[in-house]
Amino acid sequence: MKRVVIFGATSAIAQAVARRYAVDGARFFLAARNAGRLDAVAADLRTRGASAVEVWVGDLADCPGHAALVDLAGRALQGVDCALLAYGTLPDQKTCEEDAAEALRHIGTNYSSAVSLLTQLATLMCAQAYGTIGVIGSVAGDRGRQSNYLYGSAKAGLAVFVQGLRHRLWSRGVRVVLIKPGFVDTPMTAAFPKHGPLWASPDRVAGDIVRALGSGQATLYTPWFWRGIMLVIRLIPDFIFRRIRL
Amino acid sequence: MQVPSMLRDDLLTWGRSHRFRHHLRSLHFSDEAVAAMGLAESGRTMLARGLGRSYGDSALNADQILLDVNGLDRFIHFDAASGIVECEAGVTLAAILQLLETRDSDQRWFLPVTPGTKFVTVGGAIANDVHGKNHHRAGCFGNHVLSFQLLRSNGEILNCSPNSNPALFQATIGGLGLTGLILSARVALQAVAGLWLEAESFRYENLDRFHQISSASLTDWEYSVAWIDCLAAGANLGRGVFTRARHVAPAPGMDQLRFDSHGQPRLSLPFDLPSFAMNRTSIGIFNTMLWHKASARPRRQITHYDPVFYPLDAIGGWNRLYGASGFYQYQCVVPTSTARDAIRELLGLISQSGQASFLAVLKTFGTVVSPGMLSFPMPGVTLALDFPNRGFGTLALLDQLDRVTQSAGGRIYPAKDGRVSAAAFQQGYPGWRQFSTMIDPGFSSSFWRRVSAEAPLTRFRPL
Repeated sequence: MKRVVIFGATSAIAQAVARRYAVDGARFFLAARNAGRLDAVAADLRTRGASAVEVWVGDLADCPGHAALVDLAGRALQGVDCALLAYGTLPDQKTCEEDAAEALRHIGTNYSSAVSLLTQLATLMCAQAYGTIGVIGSVAGDRGRQSNYLYGSAKAGLAVFVQGLRHRLWSRGVRVVLIKPGFVDTPMTAAFPKHGPLWASPDRVAGDIVRALGSGQATLYTPWFWRGIMLVIRLIPDFIFRRIRL
Repeated sequence: MQVPSMLRDDLLTWGRSHRFRHHLRSLHFSDEAVAAMGLAESGRTMLARGLGRSYGDSALNADQILLDVNGLDRFIHFDAASGIVECEAGVTLAAILQLLETRDSDQRWFLPVTPGTKFVTVGGAIANDVHGKNHHRAGCFGNHVLSFQLLRSNGEILNCSPNSNPALFQATIGGLGLTGLILSARVALQAVAGLWLEAESFRYENLDRFHQISSASLTDWEYSVAWIDCLAAGANLGRGVFTRARHVAPAPGMDQLRFDSHGQPRLSLPFDLPSFAMNRTSIGIFNTMLWHKASARPRRQITHYDPVFYPLDAIGGWNRLYGASGFYQYQCVVPTSTARDAIRELLGLISQSGQASFLAVLKTFGTVVSPGMLSFPMPGVTLALDFPNRGFGTLALLDQLDRVTQSAGGRIYPAKDGRVSAAAFQQGYPGWRQFSTMIDPGFSSSFWRRVSAEAPLTRFRPL
């Protein structure tokens, strides 16, 4: 029976991942901001088969609380097999170009707070000497593009941090997986027209994530074709790239 | 956080014959749904949208707002002792079936009523008061709804049940989403011997045989339905393949038959077939083959419920078989007293026209009365079949069928309809005026604007 901690448990991808674990009777510790929503998610997971669900309501961007939070999660489940960082914001790029404070707020949530939380988690995982940490990054972190480089830069920083953390924790028996979803049809992407074959459902992405967390692979592009797409995008020389509207 | 509405022109229903523009707002949590009620202040009306499995315009709201409830897909509670499931309105019947397979180890519970696809939401099943192959025993979906939470456009959340807000309870069951937004519901499942079915399929020669077999099957078989060859004429009129089934207790070896049935369809139609693919010759050949292939005498087999209840779910997007112009489904019911003659006349007209496709179904309804004010079924016989959309010729034939249905005292099924006249609708549903007093002023649909017109609209006819 897996013991699963999810930070940002009301996000669409997190819910879809949790449902897959719930069917197998997992025990959960769920953290999110909105109490009503979190309760709805918890009831859903219990109904689907979760053997226990504990909830924590609070703002994950508030770093000073992280040590206590991770400690609480570890004690609630008596060990953590799997932790997933699934919270984040999608800033409006245009607003962030004019408002540095707003830009820093999003960097704070998407990068700094994740660094803080991962640092605490690493301590817990090292002490128990097993477990897997999954971190949801983004394909946007693979190359800066004019349409969303603020978000992309936070996810790029996170990617390198996660890479280093993986390197450090490998010998301690702890796996760290960076998850890079492409376009996923979630509330976070509500402002986008969701046509076409590039859009994936949270459930499809969740299937990939559960598999990757099981195998402990370094990086997951989901759906799979984003690995190829991002390879091409990274390889385009700058003198061409700067002329493309992306 | 202000969630934007998207302007969308690609939201279709299953028949794909109505193309409108909509403002779409996706809902994921009930607090978002409450916030979305503020949209009514824009002067636009709203309508909930689930999986878009109704066929015509009853789930469309041209140039107005659609509220996508597929994100409201959480279970609230399942009690394996009492068989009561409580869930949000966007939970699908497929999800409930999956829950039962994993959470009900004794396999004692099943959906009380299921339509021909499991890819419908609970909210949609209530709003259309759907029926299934067990109507003669179980009635409609609404007969098994214990209560639901209804969100009105003024932001109020009302608990509706036979005892609490009973008028709204009756109006919302079969109420086509017009009384507000269903947030969640409590549904009583059906106690069954087991999830597996004992099923028989066999061909029969004509309409009289159908009526005979159908009434002979009512007592011993929980499920019954007939596929009919709608091109057969004369002495063969109404011939088809009768299927009946009932639940059986688990027996050794059945577990090996188990298969993963709730994933995505294995086959799917990624593009529209050219519209000429469905013609009289191709359908005639197909129907004749299908009829002769069926066994002449009942042969019993133990089967999973999927191929019996949801044969078409195995092919994703089968509606694209009809090409880019889509299709109409015609489903009517005629009362028992007039059923024999009316069905004969309807099938005669259809066979003569040569327009119908291979998907045609005949079923005898029972006498269980649904609480729904606008519920479709009545004691009698229902006929459902698809017509590729060939424009005026198709609509003219369907009008002809309406006249037979009307004079037999029958009515058409709004969930399937995209063209019935206001007069025909109003005659079929004498309770419509009483129903209309229960409609939430912030909600409307293209269907409702069409059929509630005081002076019945005359349809545009080309010169």
